[in-house]
Amino acid sequence: MRTSYLRGLTVLGLLLMLAALYMIFVYVPTEATMGAVQRIFYFHVPLAWLAFMAFFIVFICSVVYLVMRNPKWDLVASSSAEIGVIFTSLFLISGSLWAKPIWGVWWIWEPRLTAALVLWIIYIAYLLVRSYVQNKEQGARLAAVVGIAGFVDVPVVALAVALWRTDHPSPVIFEGGLAPSMLYTLLVCITAFSVLFLVLLLLKLANKDIESEIKQIYKQLI
Amino acid sequence: MTDQIQAGPQDFAIEANRLYKSFNEKVALKEVDFKVAAGESLAVFGPNGAGKTTLIKILASIMNPSSGTVLINGLSARGEAEKVRRQIGVVTHNTFLYNNLTAFENLDFYRRLYDVPRERILEVSALVGLQNRLHDYAGILSRGMQQRLSIARALLHKPGIILLDEPETGLDQQASDLLWQVLKNNDKEKRTLIMATHSLERGLQVADRVVILARGQIVFQGKKPDLDLAGLKQAYKLYTGVI
Amino acid sequence: MAFWRKVLAITRKDIISEFRAREIIGLVLVFVLLVILIFNFAFGAANEVISKTAPGMLWVTFAFAGVLSLNRAFIMEKEEGCLEGLMVAPISRDIIYAGKMLSCLVFLLVVEVIALPIFAFLFNLNVFSGEILVITLLSTVGFVACGTLFSALAVKTRARELVLPVLFLPIVIPVIICAVKATGLAMEGKSWTDITNWLLIIGSFDLIFLVISFWVFSFIIEE
Repeated sequence: MRTSYLRGLTVLGLLLMLAALYMIFVYVPTEATMGAVQRIFYFHVPLAWLAFMAFFIVFICSVVYLVMRNPKWDLVASSSAEIGVIFTSLFLISGSLWAKPIWGVWWIWEPRLTAALVLWIIYIAYLLVRSYVQNKEQGARLAAVVGIAGFVDVPVVALAVALWRTDHPSPVIFEGGLAPSMLYTLLVCITAFSVLFLVLLLLKLANKDIESEIKQIYKQLI
Repeated sequence: MTDQIQAGPQDFAIEANRLYKSFNEKVALKEVDFKVAAGESLAVFGPNGAGKTTLIKILASIMNPSSGTVLINGLSARGEAEKVRRQIGVVTHNTFLYNNLTAFENLDFYRRLYDVPRERILEVSALVGLQNRLHDYAGILSRGMQQRLSIARALLHKPGIILLDEPETGLDQQASDLLWQVLKNNDKEKRTLIMATHSLERGLQVADRVVILARGQIVFQGKKPDLDLAGLKQAYKLYTGVI
Repeated sequence: MAFWRKVLAITRKDIISEFRAREIIGLVLVFVLLVILIFNFAFGAANEVISKTAPGMLWVTFAFAGVLSLNRAFIMEKEEGCLEGLMVAPISRDIIYAGKMLSCLVFLLVVEVIALPIFAFLFNLNVFSGEILVITLLSTVGFVACGTLFSALAVKTRARELVLPVLFLPIVIPVIICAVKATGLAMEGKSWTDITNWLLIIGSFDLIFLVISFWVFSFIIEE
């Protein structure tokens, strides 16, 4: 049942992505100030939003795991964190690609990028902690703690970086209003990426299931 | 200061019900089931990796079993952890001593955690024969004395139950003799004792009942008058050699 | 107030032990001096440069000193299995957290209180204002609130000394940002009102992490 669900979702995601690509490259008009490069915005913003969602899922699953101790929650948490880290990396890279042609530098200490960088490191640490513990159950517990501490830190990091930025004004990647066509494009992109996220998450979970099945079989053989 | 909470309708000081503990996929304890009456002494034998330490940790409420329950004087170790720990004294091959602190300071620290009056420090050190070494740093005491100090620490709060996990590790013959003597003497108080040990001889000497653990399961149980050292050795070889 | 009696028993034990061994404070102070020296050579001794970079230097130094002393907090409990001794006692796990956190706080504050005048002396800067002391106190509470948690966590992993800084430093970045900003303003002689915003952020960080750590600590140290 899960496979057909996944398959349907994948097809939906594919269609949405095609629609999004069309809207990004054909439908929406070129932005006045930044030119064609501005189209990265339509990838950049959904990535941020979904990275945040991913880490929120890590937080919720970590809390539930600590309370209920059901390893399934931990599985969802670690899968979500992996995808979140990837999305954050893409967010950082797309920010970089955007900054270079516009401001001539590969990196700008813009509040959103800076905060994302900090979070990126925190969640990489989240993933690393597991591999440094021998006992898998203990590793899951420790990672859950990091997942909670990391997410709880998010608002404080955002606040501190934003306040810091008012003292060090630097070019901002994007601000200002959106024309209706841009808004529609953005919404379609966010939806497309959300479905992508879901598909990736479900694939990862299915993957981990298969991994543990293989481990079981291996154990029985030796 | 309560010495021992009177057991209610349950007569057993310690009840382990269907204990199961696994780490990752490795099973450390399986179907471990036993009851120890108040004042009884139980020796737990078994080769390395049999699960003795895991069992002691679960009984001491440091570790939670994957499934199954432990009742200490009728109280659940999980539900009323603090009350349960108040009735238990634990001695392991680690001494729980701070090397930079004197023997006195070590005992003073623990007695504060257990809400025990100061005078008790002198009492317990006399019990183990260390009253003259109280102002020496724990780090410079010999291993045998450290273990005796560890026992003194475990007795501070007058627990009705004492759990021991291979306390004789690292001790020479003389120190080991002294250790077991101290333990036997405290038998006068009719404390409930559970000791995990490698020494079949010592264990049988001190205990009323024995249990052999192998690969996480109880493979043999025996009682004192019916069992002698030869019989125990045979059973041990039989049940742990084969498995 | 049995809770605080036991918490203070643990703190007291740590302080006595450290006083005898002098491991943490002595070494960390030498480390602080070295870091200051290296910064001096790295940035040059020109006055304008110093006044601009001083707050940053100060807080990088304190952050690294924090990592060093926090690492020791639970490593000492691993010797002779003392952590088990604490867990076997009839005390709730947050008593262990609070006790260790307070002793880490004391150690770090002692290091900072000694480092500040050294800083003032070497760089001819005014670091003695009430503002800077408050900033230091609040920030140090933030450091130890989450640092103690991660120290206990790190001690359960294989690469102990590395896990703590990798977890601690990114999480504590907001505190460092605000502390550096606020310290800079204080050094310029600005009044309290100017630094309130920064202090509020540090304060909320402290509160959030104290609460979270109290709740989550038991999950870390159980086996």
